[in-house]
Amino acid sequence: MKTNRREFIKISGTAVGAAAIGASTLTGSLFNWASGSILNQSVPAPTFLERTPTYCEICFWKCAGWVTKNEDGEIWKIEGHKDDPHCNGRLCPRGTGGVGMYYDEDRLKQPLIRVEENGKQVFKEASWEEAFKVIGNKMKAIKEKYGPECMALFTHGSGGKFLGHMLKAYGSPHITAPSFAQCRGPREVAFYSTFGEGVLSPERTDIRDTRCLVLIGSHIGENMHNGQVQEMSEAIDKGATIITVDPRFSTAASKSKFWLPIKPSTDMALLLAWINVIITEEWYDKPYVEKYTFGFDQLTTHIQTYTPEWAYGITSIEPKTIRETAREMANAAPAVIIHPGRHVTWYGDDTQRLRAVAILNALLGSWGRRGGFYFPDKVSVPDFPHPPYPEPKKTWRDLMPGKYNLATEIVSNGICDATIPSPEAACNFKGWIVNGTNLIHTLPDQKKTLAAIEALELLVVIDTMPMEITGYADVILPECTYLERYDAIRNSPHREPVISLRMPATEPKYNSKPDWWIAKELGKELGLDAYFQYKDIEEVLDWELKQIGSSLAEMQKIGVKKFNREYDDLYLIDGQDFEFNTNTGKIELYSTEMANNGFDPMPVYTPHEQPPAGFYRLNYGRAPAHTFSRTSNNPNLVDIMPENELWVNPKVAKQWGIKNGQYVWLKNQDEIISSFSIKVRITERIRWDSVYMAHGFGHSNKKLTRAFGKGASDTELISNVKIDPIMGGTGMRSNFVTLLTKLPEKAASETEKTVES
Amino acid sequence: MRYAMAIDTKKCVGCSDCVVACQLENKVPIGYCRDWIVETTSGTYPDLTLEFRSERCHHCANAPCVRCCPTGASHIEEGGVVLVTAEKCIGCGACIASCPYDARYPHPDGYVDKCTFCIHKVRKGEQPACVEVCPTHCLYFGDLDDPNSDVSRKIKERKYKRLKTEAGTDPQLYFLI
Amino acid sequence: MEEEIIISGRLNEKVDPLLHIWGWEIAFYLFAGGLAAGLLFFASLSYLRGKENDYTATVKWAPLFAPILLVLGLGALFLDLHHKLYFWRLYTTIKLQSPMSWGAWTLMVITPLSIIWCATFIRDIYPNWDWKFKFLYQIENFFIKYRKVLAWVMVFYSAILGIYTGILLSAFNARPLWNTSILGPLFLASGLSAGAAVIVALTKNEIERKFFSRIDLIIIGVELFFIIHMFMGFLASTQVQIEAAQLFLGGSYTLPFWIFVVFIGMLVPALLEYLELKGQKIPVIIPVALILFGNVMLRFIIVYAGQASRYLY
Ligand SMILES: Nc1nc2c(c(=O)[nH]1)N[C@H]1C(S)=C(S)[C@@H](COP(=O)(O)OP(=O)(O)OC[C@H]3O[C@@H](n4cnc5c(=O)[nH]c(N)nc54)[C@H](O)[C@@H]3O)O[C@H]1N2
Ligand SMILES: Nc1nc2c(c(=O)[nH]1)N[C@H]1C(S)=C(S)[C@@H](COP(=O)(O)OP(=O)(O)OC[C@H]3O[C@@H](n4cnc5c(=O)[nH]c(N)nc54)[C@H](O)[C@@H]3O)O[C@H]1N2
Ligand code: SF4
Ligand code: SF4
Ligand code: SF4
Ligand code: SF4
Ligand code: SF4
Ligand SMILES: [Mo]
Repeated sequence: MKTNRREFIKISGTAVGAAAIGASTLTGSLFNWASGSILNQSVPAPTFLERTPTYCEICFWKCAGWVTKNEDGEIWKIEGHKDDPHCNGRLCPRGTGGVGMYYDEDRLKQPLIRVEENGKQVFKEASWEEAFKVIGNKMKAIKEKYGPECMALFTHGSGGKFLGHMLKAYGSPHITAPSFAQCRGPREVAFYSTFGEGVLSPERTDIRDTRCLVLIGSHIGENMHNGQVQEMSEAIDKGATIITVDPRFSTAASKSKFWLPIKPSTDMALLLAWINVIITEEWYDKPYVEKYTFGFDQLTTHIQTYTPEWAYGITSIEPKTIRETAREMANAAPAVIIHPGRHVTWYGDDTQRLRAVAILNALLGSWGRRGGFYFPDKVSVPDFPHPPYPEPKKTWRDLMPGKYNLATEIVSNGICDATIPSPEAACNFKGWIVNGTNLIHTLPDQKKTLAAIEALELLVVIDTMPMEITGYADVILPECTYLERYDAIRNSPHREPVISLRMPATEPKYNSKPDWWIAKELGKELGLDAYFQYKDIEEVLDWELKQIGSSLAEMQKIGVKKFNREYDDLYLIDGQDFEFNTNTGKIELYSTEMANNGFDPMPVYTPHEQPPAGFYRLNYGRAPAHTFSRTSNNPNLVDIMPENELWVNPKVAKQWGIKNGQYVWLKNQDEIISSFSIKVRITERIRWDSVYMAHGFGHSNKKLTRAFGKGASDTELISNVKIDPIMGGTGMRSNFVTLLTKLPEKAASETEKTVES
Repeated sequence: MRYAMAIDTKKCVGCSDCVVACQLENKVPIGYCRDWIVETTSGTYPDLTLEFRSERCHHCANAPCVRCCPTGASHIEEGGVVLVTAEKCIGCGACIASCPYDARYPHPDGYVDKCTFCIHKVRKGEQPACVEVCPTHCLYFGDLDDPNSDVSRKIKERKYKRLKTEAGTDPQLYFLI
Repeated sequence: MEEEIIISGRLNEKVDPLLHIWGWEIAFYLFAGGLAAGLLFFASLSYLRGKENDYTATVKWAPLFAPILLVLGLGALFLDLHHKLYFWRLYTTIKLQSPMSWGAWTLMVITPLSIIWCATFIRDIYPNWDWKFKFLYQIENFFIKYRKVLAWVMVFYSAILGIYTGILLSAFNARPLWNTSILGPLFLASGLSAGAAVIVALTKNEIERKFFSRIDLIIIGVELFFIIHMFMGFLASTQVQIEAAQLFLGGSYTLPFWIFVVFIGMLVPALLEYLELKGQKIPVIIPVALILFGNVMLRFIIVYAGQASRYLY
């Protein structure tokens, strides 16, 4: 990939050398845990140690926990908070290993500014003041020249609230996260258009009380979203039936009574067939459907041809199995969950697929029922007072007229598109602030991402680690880790409203700072002092907490606080009148919103691309001990899983004559070759028409000493993106790869370049 | 008193949380561990079964590692917990060679280390770190002599298997199947 | 397909993927101990049989190597310890069930014994030797007076030492290859064979040499019998032991074992000794060197292959 103005820069030079010395003493102390007196080492002495509350930032489930320090006042361990319904006192492996984020000696340590020295672009260490000056000047210039709306903020994680506030005060509403268009967007849009409400996060699935859980390409157990894993386990204990639809023998599949090894990309056919069976056999919840739904008759007509026999030819799931599993769901209804999944941007018709899921749930009456989907509640925490934000003159919708009309959040890849100059666009984005998202690994179609970056006048990256995206920044700001900072109150919708506090367990290491401070200082630099009328975050948090009857002092002690539900019950009461937030006030089996916007009001089956000969579908997913790329350099988690492996069916391995443990390269349908090789794991757990790998590996930045070159990146092989016309989601599962047992020479030299440049 | 652990292979998802939690709780240096996860797949796609097992020292009732230890560093404590006293251990490796489960490792500081059933926590009335953390609640720890302990009840209710019993170690990890 | 993998943890060097907690140190320790045992055994036994003046090489010369071997062996053992500063802990307790423990104690007893033994003969060998202090002469006289007792104790302890070198390994149930009661006698035999070979090399006495050559031939025969028996035992046993035996029957240790240990270390020297006894002129050092080589290889191969053999899940 060619970049001119914005060359990828390895963060290096004197500064890092100096820091490395500090780092090595640090590793020293980390590895010398066991040194000193060995007395009582194998059986540590019980002592009372200090602990502070936090909530986890390793993924977006945000479990509350306690950080405990050891005798030397160093962070020792993190444990779950017993009162927190996200985790019930148990963190997942990533959360437990979160200490590694703090100890990682490769962390960003100092603000860095891109400068040109002897015709070469390098990063220069800077003070925070200098860094803010550079950003401030540029942002003021962009505001002047193009309008403040041309600045966008990509953010994933807790600090987004403060930076978002700063950006809105500056005048731009353009705040986006990959958690919409690369993740759960289609599901939210589908459920809004069906039930008038989203599934939300944490998901409102009542798994612990369900009698039948249907997982469609949702691999809970590998996807370690804590509360769900725990509740699924509880459901197994209580004898619930699990039905898993997955072309791969996932962990969840192995726990299931029914595993439906579906042909990839054909789920829509299965869903329609299930709907067909449930309607024709009259297994649906008649009173519920009658009282609450709209469009049942249209649906009945619509699904006539979608029989199990029809679906068999498409999905390779036998009609008998389709009927049997439908029966199983109906028997359990309404305590049944057809799980909507979370990362659902697969084939470009994802919103429609999730509509089918929503319809199925509606027919079985599981929405608003025990063991189905509950009605969550949360407290409303008022924002610390500030002047109103300036009214933006244009929004992203003006930039992409008529596109993604039903998107409920800003489409990250849409911002990306609108950054690349084109004759049609009235205005392009000129500046990005990227906080806590490694866009290079996160957005599919890297070429496009890089083209957008190339067009920017300002790219500020706020991160904790020298991830790939930092290499393209004009200014890099090192944030301290979640263990060293306050953040916004976690206020999540749950069975009971519950809040949780994150406070620093220790001073920030190096010259890193929390987002709230960065936002405030940058705000002041931009002359937005009026929006930041407080001394520090403690003042803000204390004020906010006092509005809801708590205080910072209390939360520092208890960490998690539950409140009483304010509205309605957790579930619908039998025969209760209920007005759904849709056009018809009903659950819309026939979506008027879809129809109004020119989309199919009821889901239809469309076939998707299949791998050409010699190619395999690139399947990817989560590994339990890692979160995407953010943990890929975490010393504790690298110890558990150092690299991703390529799952290959024994038949395929035999055909290629490859051995278990052998390293291979991958080439996709667009001739893109993986930068690094990946270790083959020959296993029956994967179909012969696909290969599988965990997402988040194959890092090309050498500064990530543990992650560099370990495993392969799925993202770089995802160049065929199927955009969902309804909401802009990026379907990523139509990519096909073939194996290279040797790295072709031309590719080798190119790889060398990307790694070195 | 006879401490033991039951591991529900039907619920374990092989997430390795127990391994991470143990490493941190017991300050096991990076690169080493006291517990580990085994994944077994049998069959041919799509007729497959999969088992995850969280394994650690089996605190054998007939422990070869204790027998072969020349210094008495490896010993059995109350409750049948097999422990190593670091200051008595000469690091000869005999116990490592004697363990059919490869449950011990040479600590970089010289002595041999292994799972302690987190006896320092258990004595305080807590559960072992791995048991406390497991997100699927699939580990049960307790006293087999107490019929009401979690382990006793699980072993009574469920079918289980023990590993390598033919080695004559009388292992005290019960894998519920 | 059956697939069993460790997905996290346990991949500690020294334990996984193959156990290699013991290296050359233990193998050498076993070799040195076995050879010293052989030398001391023949010395004390010959003495008790009244051969003090006939078999001077056996009784007086060869034992001079024993203390050196024992000290080197102990040195190797010390090197192998990972927690060296706590070495003394070996001698704060006696653990009867631990071969390591009674091995350490046996060495503790036999090393000074062997030194005393040599000391009582030193003036026979070097007539000009001067003990310098009077009390040393008194001590010497004391031991010379009780040489017979000394010899009895030494016969006993050298046999124990010889067996110990085999038992140390065979006590490990966990390693199927070691888990055979034949390993003790086999190592004892092989130590004796090495001892006899050294005597053959040292002696200038034709009768003594012939005698120990014959002994050596018999012992080698016994060793071969043990080895065959060992494999028959394995193959008739459980799956794990069958797999262990496979290491030598087509597996990775097949060539080194059958070529270095059995062929070069036993069959060839046995043939040479036999021819020599029949009157062929063969430099005696050749069979002796081969036997010692075979001895070392046996220890090394058994120590390493044993760690490669394991219980299956
Ligand atoms: N190919 C492919 N692409 C995907 C997916 C996939 O499965 N495959 N999954 C999609 C999904 S579902 C999602 S949700 C997204 C996730 O996408 P991202 O949220 O971008 O995921 P990460 O790779 O974890 O990137 C997180 C970034 O945040 C940084 N970071 C970590 N902690 C902090 C902190 O405390 N402060 C700051 N400032 N930065 C921090 C990390 O160093 C890293 O650079 O990816 C999407 N993209
Ligand atoms: N450990 C861990 N847990 C995580 C995360 C993490 O990074 N690490 N990330 C969290 C986030 S942000 C998200 S969005 C979730 C995502 O987690 P999920 O929504 O549960 O999973 P996905 O990654 O979408 O799906 C992966 C599964 O889909 C299957 N699959 C592939 N193609 C098809 C198909 O055509 N049809 C069907 N039916 N199945 C198919 C794959 O085989 C695989 O088992 O995980 C969350 N949990
Ligand atoms: S699920 Fe795991 S990584 Fe995510 S917030 Fe909870 S503990 Fe942290
Ligand atoms: S933490 Fe629990 S579920 Fe996870 S691997 Fe360990 S035992 Fe299994
Ligand atoms: S499992 Fe190994 S270390 Fe644990 S008691 Fe048994 S033999 Fe000893
Ligand atoms: S290594 Fe330590 S614990 Fe193990 S046998 Fe030797 S002295 Fe005993
Ligand atoms: S009981 Fe304690 S020492 Fe043993 S594996 Fe579990 S956490 Fe580790
Ligand atoms: Mo996601």
